[in-house]
Amino acid sequence: MTVLLAPLAAIGRSTLAMLAAMGQVTIYAGRAVSHILRPPFYPREFFWQLLQIGWLSLPVVGLTALFTGGALALQIYAGGSRFNAEAVVPQIVAIGIVRELGPVLGGLMVAGRVAAAIAAEIGTMKVTEQIDALVTLSTHPLKYLTVPRLLAATISLPVLVAVGDAIGIFGGYLVSTTRLGFNEAAYLRNTVDFLEVWDVSSGLIKGAAFGFIVALMGCYHGMNSGRGAQGVGRATTNAVVSASILILATNYLLTELFFTA
Amino acid sequence: MILLDDVHKAFGSKQVLQGLTLRVGTGESCVIIGGSGTGKSICLKCVLGLVTPDSGTITVDGQDVQAGDRDAFLARFGMLFQGGALFDSLSVWQNVAFRLMRGTQKRPKAQAREIAIEKLRRVGLKPDVADLFPSELSGGMQKRVGLARAIAAEPEIIFFDEPTTGLDPIMAGVINDLIREIVTEMGATAVTITHDMSSVRAIADKVAMLHDGKIRWHGPVAEIDTTDDPYLRQFVTGSAKGPIEAVR
Repeated sequence: MTVLLAPLAAIGRSTLAMLAAMGQVTIYAGRAVSHILRPPFYPREFFWQLLQIGWLSLPVVGLTALFTGGALALQIYAGGSRFNAEAVVPQIVAIGIVRELGPVLGGLMVAGRVAAAIAAEIGTMKVTEQIDALVTLSTHPLKYLTVPRLLAATISLPVLVAVGDAIGIFGGYLVSTTRLGFNEAAYLRNTVDFLEVWDVSSGLIKGAAFGFIVALMGCYHGMNSGRGAQGVGRATTNAVVSASILILATNYLLTELFFTA
Repeated sequence: MILLDDVHKAFGSKQVLQGLTLRVGTGESCVIIGGSGTGKSICLKCVLGLVTPDSGTITVDGQDVQAGDRDAFLARFGMLFQGGALFDSLSVWQNVAFRLMRGTQKRPKAQAREIAIEKLRRVGLKPDVADLFPSELSGGMQKRVGLARAIAAEPEIIFFDEPTTGLDPIMAGVINDLIREIVTEMGATAVTITHDMSSVRAIADKVAMLHDGKIRWHGPVAEIDTTDDPYLRQFVTGSAKGPIEAVR
């Protein structure tokens, strides 16, 4: 009987641990958000994070978008040719990039770069007692470390997504006009005529949500890092994995909310 | 006066503090000694509110450390952490002037920098160190910067957590002398944690020995060599034989 119950007990333990972690993350997020509008504010830290998270992520997001746009054009052309629908390449590339691939791939790339960096930095600060030092210097770690990162990521991700959208569409345009024989002016006209404001803005809203998730996971796992190099390493891995999964899950939920109502 | 009364703290099944009672008078320099893992650092962290005790009371000048205005309470303290705990992303002078650029003690940047450089000079560091980053400093210099940060806002109470760990004997002597001079000069209450008996003799007015989560012995520093207490004698002589188990 014990042998039979052991797997169920393991599932139960994992479920309880997962629910406890979800509760802790929710409480942490609530506390962080509640500090956003309460002084003191740290504008220097905010602008520094804007630079670190936003500006320095531009190359990775741009390159991802460029190659994705190009590959998407090739795929749609190849797939569309099965039922004589090659002409829809500009429209499908545009809608695919701005609604889905721009925000999701941008979010995932920033999760890999930023969530890991935040978790490693804050985790190291924790194990070297810098967080304790902040408290003894009358500085709230949540206000000084978490709030600037949350705000900077939530604001900069939509901007990165917008830039990524433009570069992704350009990638599709480049491949379509140089490799697939599309007319340059017609490609651009089809793209602009087809896209609606909501297509773009829904992607930007997703970007803001993903930015919040990336910074939240980085800060949460950093603050809860274990001791030593192994603890910081585990916190970094957990931050990237949890941010990536949450981005994909949130993307599905937002897509349901935005486009199936 | 700092008073810890019957303080208990456990982490999971591990009982760290088991009824610790200690009194440190105003202007007194108390050194807490004891084996590794006996809860010396936890004791300081309980006073600062970084760790909440499971039971017992801790007061500073009669005020409960968990009650009242935290910022005003913490503004009375300076702390030198074991590893320095300097902020990597800030320059040396910004580390030293951290408290002076924020909160109730905020002052103009130029003035904060001037005070930081003065404090760096006080701990024997030249002004050209001010614009370096902590990663560019040696261990001894980092400790001195940490010391400068601890005294920057001229606190009434200063905690030193293993101030000479990892330093060569000469640098350890320099840090010990600095601590003694600064504490005397500022008239501050000081609590130091150390394993280093030369630090104890250089810094302490009073010594308290922590063992099994309680204060095993306390008294004036002059009495540590003449005590009959077998635990303290073993610790002072550094002998492997005695009531304190070498394997813990």
